[in-house]
Amino acid sequence: MRAIGIILAGGNSTRMRELSNKRAIAAMPVAGSYRSIDFTLSNMTNSHIQKVAVFTQYNAKSLNEHLSSSKWWDFGRKQGGLYVFTPTITSDNNSWFRGTADSIYQNLSFLKSCHEPYVVIAAGDGIYKLNYNKVLEYHIEKKADITIVTTRLPKGEDPCRFGLIKTDVDGRITEFEEKPMVATSDIISTGVYVIRRRQLIELIERCAQEDRHNFVTDILVRYKNLKRMYAYPLESYWSSISTVESYYRTNMDFLKPEVRNYFFKQYPEVYSKVEDLPPAKYNPGAEVHNSLVSSGSIINGKVENSLLFKKTFVGNNCVIKNSIILNDVYIGDNTYIENCIVESRDTIRANTSYIGEDGAIKIVVEKNERYVL
Amino acid sequence: MIKKEMIAMLLAGGQGSRLGVLTAKMAKPAVAFGGKYRIIDFPLSNCINSGVDTVGVLTQYQPLRLNTHIGIGIPWDLDRNVGGVTVLPPYEKSTNSEWYTGTANAIYQNLNYMETYNPDYVLILSGDHIYKMDYEVMLDYHKANNADITIAAMPVPIEEASRFGIVVTDDKKRIIEFEEKPAKPKSNLASMGIYIFSWPVLKEALIELSDQSACDFGKHIIPHCFKHDKRIFAYEYNGYWKDVGTLGSYWEANMELIDIIPVFNLYEEFWRIYTKSDTLPPQYVSGKARVERSIIGEGTEIYGEVYNSVIGCGVTIEEGAIVRDSIIMKDSVIRKGCQINKTIIAENVEIGENVVTGVGEFAESKLDKKVYAFDLVTIGENSYVPPNMKIGKNVAISGITEADDYNEGALESGEYIIKAGEVR
Repeated sequence: MRAIGIILAGGNSTRMRELSNKRAIAAMPVAGSYRSIDFTLSNMTNSHIQKVAVFTQYNAKSLNEHLSSSKWWDFGRKQGGLYVFTPTITSDNNSWFRGTADSIYQNLSFLKSCHEPYVVIAAGDGIYKLNYNKVLEYHIEKKADITIVTTRLPKGEDPCRFGLIKTDVDGRITEFEEKPMVATSDIISTGVYVIRRRQLIELIERCAQEDRHNFVTDILVRYKNLKRMYAYPLESYWSSISTVESYYRTNMDFLKPEVRNYFFKQYPEVYSKVEDLPPAKYNPGAEVHNSLVSSGSIINGKVENSLLFKKTFVGNNCVIKNSIILNDVYIGDNTYIENCIVESRDTIRANTSYIGEDGAIKIVVEKNERYVL
Repeated sequence: MIKKEMIAMLLAGGQGSRLGVLTAKMAKPAVAFGGKYRIIDFPLSNCINSGVDTVGVLTQYQPLRLNTHIGIGIPWDLDRNVGGVTVLPPYEKSTNSEWYTGTANAIYQNLNYMETYNPDYVLILSGDHIYKMDYEVMLDYHKANNADITIAAMPVPIEEASRFGIVVTDDKKRIIEFEEKPAKPKSNLASMGIYIFSWPVLKEALIELSDQSACDFGKHIIPHCFKHDKRIFAYEYNGYWKDVGTLGSYWEANMELIDIIPVFNLYEEFWRIYTKSDTLPPQYVSGKARVERSIIGEGTEIYGEVYNSVIGCGVTIEEGAIVRDSIIMKDSVIRKGCQINKTIIAENVEIGENVVTGVGEFAESKLDKKVYAFDLVTIGENSYVPPNMKIGKNVAISGITEADDYNEGALESGEYIIKAGEVR
């Protein structure tokens, strides 16, 4: 392979509200039995990228647990492998990663020790399938300095939380605005970039000299007229889960047969850590409609238009509607849950009710004692 | 210097002919069980959970599925630098090459394998039982008794004891008598086919009986050691243990997993059962679907109704189909409007639209009345059943069948269609 991979997974988003207290966004559980970084990692391995570095910083406990073995994504090889880089104090540096560019700068020795000519940089929170080789071919064909994978945002979405891009007819980027106040385009950056390795080292080093730390605002936006930057349009499904609303909507998308079919029944596959949980169990009284149920779950109540992640226990006479129940949640008898996201490892007491009012999504965090054998 | 205190030898070469078409193309230990497992997962998981990290798996009959399932043992953490899992098929020798002719003969032919690990004890297991057992506790018991051989035995109802090999013990649990399927049993302790041997005793017995044809543990090795006054003890086991040797017991053991609190509980954190599984998405249950009293594997999509059933991974049950009291394995498809009753459907089978199974009066199977009993319909892997067929009880189907193979759209109770040709 001609490229190495870098996954930026250190981020936190206040727009994820309580959900981000517990883990970095890249470790958010998605679609019942995956975590968001699985999609990017699977894209990397399916594109035959054999050397992948994951940069973590914010609350990486869940992420590190998830990445404890690289074998699930087939990275456990003699050649290459999966490298997880967290900020460390060294003789000449004692700060955290001050930004995405700084995280690369602090690990520049990794980048310098590689021999592959190109680098694919990707965010850890994108839900999509993409063969990075196609982007690389495009990058070479256009003789680009930097290629940015872009997508057209669906109607009704607020583009102002993304980087907005305008191109000429050839695909060359003429305008790049990061999180503008007023949207002038619906073409956004997906946070996936292809760049020549030496070029990247040069840009990152100059950036560091000038005491700048952000890859997007300090490199992409500032260099947009100086360097040949091209947009590679991604036509298929893409979603970023960095707000509660988009997280909820992305998960609910998997209730649609076409989305499941695209991700799970078509080549290439999406890989994740395999957890050896028993099959889901439906007891008398279970009534499940239009829902996804993951392994290890036991259902005694009613579940509608919802996602049950791994090891969910639903008690007798429960009603769960339009909700997302994350991993290892115990829901006591006679509970009513509607329009909620229930945080993982919660214990919901019997006879309680949680409702997200007026279309708003309620996040439920309930750390009660669990008296279960 | 390689040294393992105890290694396990897992006998997985048998056909399991009483599972009929299910074992036409695979050995019994490779047959799917409980939605996402295969039978061999249980002894293999027991091994690693008991701290036994060196396992020789003896294969002979149709080993392909078993080999691909075991691989290098990653799912059970049996991929080790020293030890781990090794698949041991029969092999050619410079003189007298032969197949494995009996359980003990198979072990005898792998003396070299066992020698490599320089063990103190050898655990002999069979690959076709469903149970959870801590072999380390059994080993402690073996050591405490200063035993030569320890045989795991479980109490069975005295009226059923005549179906088993029965051991009679003194008050210290030392075995004083063996009875193979006795008419009037003197005890209700049945041997489970799980043995711990002190290595020198096993080695000596295997070499002494090396000329015995079809040398078997129960028939030859144990009686031989008994005759030579070896210390043989019974280790009483009181948990769940099931020999899934017949279609009836196989079906029953699957159905027991559905109980609200199953006797054999797969949901305990402790003593987890591992299996090779692909990364699969969650299962989808549609708006019109109905699922009750069932366990369902990953990646399955249900648009119809499922009651009292065990459904594997990647299965599709289309709208209007009703499945009751059945076992459906991996990747099978049940088309619209089917009614599936008390049917075992193996892997990768397609059942055409509006097929009805398991209806009509009882009739003895014309293929083999001992195998295809229990009112079950059994459909072998990779089979196809054309639309609108009516299928009775005690029926066996294997292969891509066409409407012409059926008697005016029906297959009466006791009938069979075997297209593959090599199935008994």
